[in-house]
Amino acid sequence: MTDPALISNFQTGKGGGSRHHWSSVTMGCISFAVLLVAWHIGASLWPSRSLPAPLLVLQAFLRETASGDMGYHLGMTLWRVAASFFLAMLIGSAIGVALGRHRGADRFFNPWVILFLNIPALVIIVLAYIWFGLNEAAAIGAVALNKIPNVVVTMREGARALDERYGEMAKIYRFGRMDRLRHILLPQLQPFIAAASRSGISLIWKIVLVVELLGRANGVGFQINLFFQLFDVAAILAYTLAFVAVMLLIELVLVQPLEQTSTRWRRHEA
Amino acid sequence: MNKHPHVGAATKLKVDIEEKSFRSSNGEAITVLQNLHFEVAQNEFACIVGPSGCGKTTTLRILLGLDTDYRGTMQLSGLAHPRIGAVFQEPLLLPWRSVEQNVRLALPDHLKDTNLDALLSTLGLSRMRTFYPGELSLGLARRAAIARALAIEPDILVLDEPFVSLDEPTAQQLRHLLMGVWAERPTTALMVTHNIREAILLSDRIIVLSHRPAHVIGTFDIKLPRQSRTEQAKRDILRSFLDRFPDGGA
Repeated sequence: MTDPALISNFQTGKGGGSRHHWSSVTMGCISFAVLLVAWHIGASLWPSRSLPAPLLVLQAFLRETASGDMGYHLGMTLWRVAASFFLAMLIGSAIGVALGRHRGADRFFNPWVILFLNIPALVIIVLAYIWFGLNEAAAIGAVALNKIPNVVVTMREGARALDERYGEMAKIYRFGRMDRLRHILLPQLQPFIAAASRSGISLIWKIVLVVELLGRANGVGFQINLFFQLFDVAAILAYTLAFVAVMLLIELVLVQPLEQTSTRWRRHEA
Repeated sequence: MNKHPHVGAATKLKVDIEEKSFRSSNGEAITVLQNLHFEVAQNEFACIVGPSGCGKTTTLRILLGLDTDYRGTMQLSGLAHPRIGAVFQEPLLLPWRSVEQNVRLALPDHLKDTNLDALLSTLGLSRMRTFYPGELSLGLARRAAIARALAIEPDILVLDEPFVSLDEPTAQQLRHLLMGVWAERPTTALMVTHNIREAILLSDRIIVLSHRPAHVIGTFDIKLPRQSRTEQAKRDILRSFLDRFPDGGA
């Protein structure tokens, strides 16, 4: 019964894609290596405490790792990043989708969104510490609150772009609430969720550092403040680069593979 | 052949729409349907034909519960929550789910684990279960949409020009496939079409609508069983249809 002529050409070349992937990885490595060499040359030409050579930074990194400080403070910061990220994504998505679906609510709340988009992160952090005390909840809440307006704006666009016809199909076939969420809503919002996460994670970790600097007794931000007072630039760079590396690793082993899986259906699109 | 407990319990459809109008963006009201009354008997396959833009699709949308802003009633006797299997002009499969997932997602709870082998094989989809809709031709995607509509064991089957924009051999093959699966488990069916020959091939009854605002001009019953509808018989039916409806419902 099956007529092969009816199947559209679904076999697209995969070899080309992976070769492209590898060459971009190599290019990235070479690029970083060049930066490292330039840094080393610069530090050797103008030796100064404020610009330590890469090897000194590595030494500081090894020293901090051996003492266990590096792991502990990285862990604390990572947990704050994760907590405020999920909080911001969850609340921001809910508000964004609601505003995207209801024009009246959007018209009413849009000024609020603009207001919150433009309040400096520092103000929200300081106010959160004053109102709720120097505690973990205030810290994470302040970071999430900084990110929520961005998520709202992105997800509102996503909700406006929803295709009504899938919703109608779901209505006719009486999909349950969970099925609608999992199979109708989330797949359509996926590109917007990906965009919000991408821009979110880099913004959030920078704000987390400020929160830690101002009101926490651990985390990368706290350590950077400590070494700032000791004028230990090597240690500051060691902590910063270590955390950047952790974020890169998350991007490579978590975010990208996840995106690949969730857009698998797009790959063969005729 | 008859394994389904629901057969024989199919419903009779009664449509009584007093008026349905749309309001355009500049405030003008356009009456699309007026005094539209027709019935479809149990296990009857009825086709609606009429000039384009006369409100056929609007009628189906009301029937599907997608449009509730009208005056009148729409009854499927005997059932509070009838199950409706729908096939649209566009297949409307979820692009991010495979063919089989698309069919399974539509199944009501008590059928969730049902075996789809027979249905998918009749429709020639056995080897395409794991394909995504984007990997299918329009003809195959329509088959998947038909599989979804029939898998739920519907109380009524609603089809909106399901064979439009296919090349004629593919459309003809699909019509015969539909007839095949429908014959295995007859159910009340209502199909909108522009194609009189298609209506003559498939239906027990043709309902002819007028220009806007649409109402029923007349109905045309085809008593001859489908298997006896030879080429000659179909030509005769077409001639007598055109005698009664000279502009052919178009």
